[in-house]
Amino acid sequence: MNKIIRFIPLILFVALGIILYRGLALNPQHMPSALVGQKMPEFVLTQLLKPKVMLTEKNLVGDIKLLNVWGTWCVYCKYEHPYLVDIAQSGRVALYGLNYKDDRDDAAQWLKDYQDPYRLSIFDPLGKLGIELGVTAAPETFVIDSKGFIRMKHVGPIDGKVWQDKFLPLIETLEKELKGVSS
Amino acid sequence: MKYLIITVLFLLTFSISAWETDTYVFHDEVTEIRYKTLVKELRCPKCQNQNLADSNSPIAADLRREVFELLEQGKSDGEIVNFMVKRYGEFVLYRPQVSSLTYVLWFGPALLLLIGVIVVVQILRKKPVEKETVVLSEEQKNKLAQILKDK
Repeated sequence: MNKIIRFIPLILFVALGIILYRGLALNPQHMPSALVGQKMPEFVLTQLLKPKVMLTEKNLVGDIKLLNVWGTWCVYCKYEHPYLVDIAQSGRVALYGLNYKDDRDDAAQWLKDYQDPYRLSIFDPLGKLGIELGVTAAPETFVIDSKGFIRMKHVGPIDGKVWQDKFLPLIETLEKELKGVSS
Repeated sequence: MKYLIITVLFLLTFSISAWETDTYVFHDEVTEIRYKTLVKELRCPKCQNQNLADSNSPIAADLRREVFELLEQGKSDGEIVNFMVKRYGEFVLYRPQVSSLTYVLWFGPALLLLIGVIVVVQILRKKPVEKETVVLSEEQKNKLAQILKDK
């Protein structure tokens, strides 16, 4: 009995070591999104390219919607842009843009200079909808299902690997759900 | 011409705006104190270990504005905190709510202290072991004396 007690500190030390060592591998930037499973928040904002058109959450139509938060000031938005163009062309999802804390003219020019992958972009100069969505910075991308519920939030740029690993499995699930509903 | 340029430059300095620094005007002192406490207790979601008050990041500035506006709307502190948690998750709280996820955080230290107290009490209550008195034999005494002497 006494011998076991003598080893307790060593056992505790090793256990603590293992826990802390595992902690090193965790990403402290990762935070679970509070919005997954919630309904897309309501909003009233103008359309980026048509300042007189008011948009609400009802303007986001499509079975599977992607809402991509972007801005001309955001470096990684440029990086993910070609991937977004591909995604939009694939036609599997309806891609919408949320122009976040940006200048309308700059943003319009950006879309002209590159290519506009979005069905439409919501113009959110003050980041109001951004706060509703819990956006911390661009780029971020939300996946919204046919009923208007947010199913995933991705922080950071989308590229081939992220699309393959994170988005495609969910999109396949959503497509199956849709089929289940219609049949 | 030179004077004109100087004058223009001089005039331009007045158009510098200071929009980055928050200059919120509060109706009363209590609201101001509540604002200051809230921005200290809410964590900036983008920056790891800064609260809203300390951070310069754009999102922190936005959230400070949001806190200010919510205060203006007459929201209570609890409502404002819930507003943030609903959007950014528990992450934004420096004092996390008591839940099954945070039990270890809240009660861990007390539990460790309790274990420590139990261990100390156990040790103190243990009766000291009675010492056996060892008597040296005559031979050993001589040997000891010899050793000491040699030294």
